[in-house]
Amino acid sequence: MMQTVLVVTAVIFSLAAAGAIIRISRGPSLLDRVLATDVLLAILGGALCVDMAVNRHLNNLMLVVAISIIGFIGSVTVARFVADRREQPIES
Amino acid sequence: MNPEATALDGWIDLLSAVFMVVGAVMSLGAAIGLLRFPDLLSRMHAATKPQVLGLFLLLAAIGLQMRTWWVWPVLVVAWIFQLLTVPVSAHMVGRAGYRTKHLHRELLTADELEAVVQKAAAKTAREDGTGDGSQP
Repeated sequence: MMQTVLVVTAVIFSLAAAGAIIRISRGPSLLDRVLATDVLLAILGGALCVDMAVNRHLNNLMLVVAISIIGFIGSVTVARFVADRREQPIES
Repeated sequence: MNPEATALDGWIDLLSAVFMVVGAVMSLGAAIGLLRFPDLLSRMHAATKPQVLGLFLLLAAIGLQMRTWWVWPVLVVAWIFQLLTVPVSAHMVGRAGYRTKHLHRELLTADELEAVVQKAAAKTAREDGTGDGSQP
């Protein structure tokens, strides 16, 4: 049963990652791309979780936590950058 | 092993399989929402599904599959860490999106930030007009 679950979740995660990548490439603004990158990182973490659950090990748990840190730092940094850059023509 | 224990094993396997498939479907829902929703704020609504509920379901599946009690605190810590960081980054992205006008204003039902922005702009204009920038 676990192998069936692995195949099903692999197909679903692949479709989801494809959708997120399409939004990254098409996204009209930088913030849409940041959001889609966050979703892609969440999909990656979910795939690591499924691997751990099916094969019954905990090797990737720190990697999942690190992925959430990377998504947090990345989106906060880019959001600050966008806010600063677009604010200047309004204030001047 | 007595047959009751193996039956319980089968049920736990089934529950964790359901958790994993539903958690994966959350990711698919986020991707479909990213592709179909019209502006940044509604896409942010879709993007939170795999980050909170999806990760919770998948971590619960890990905990069920490991069959030990000591993993649960570690998994809870990982999930709480995600719960602490996701709202902050969503707040920053939403605020930057509001400031750079990446939203469809006709889709909003309420805009509470508008009044705050107006008030701050009026205060800045008043301080610029009188010349003294003294703060109370």
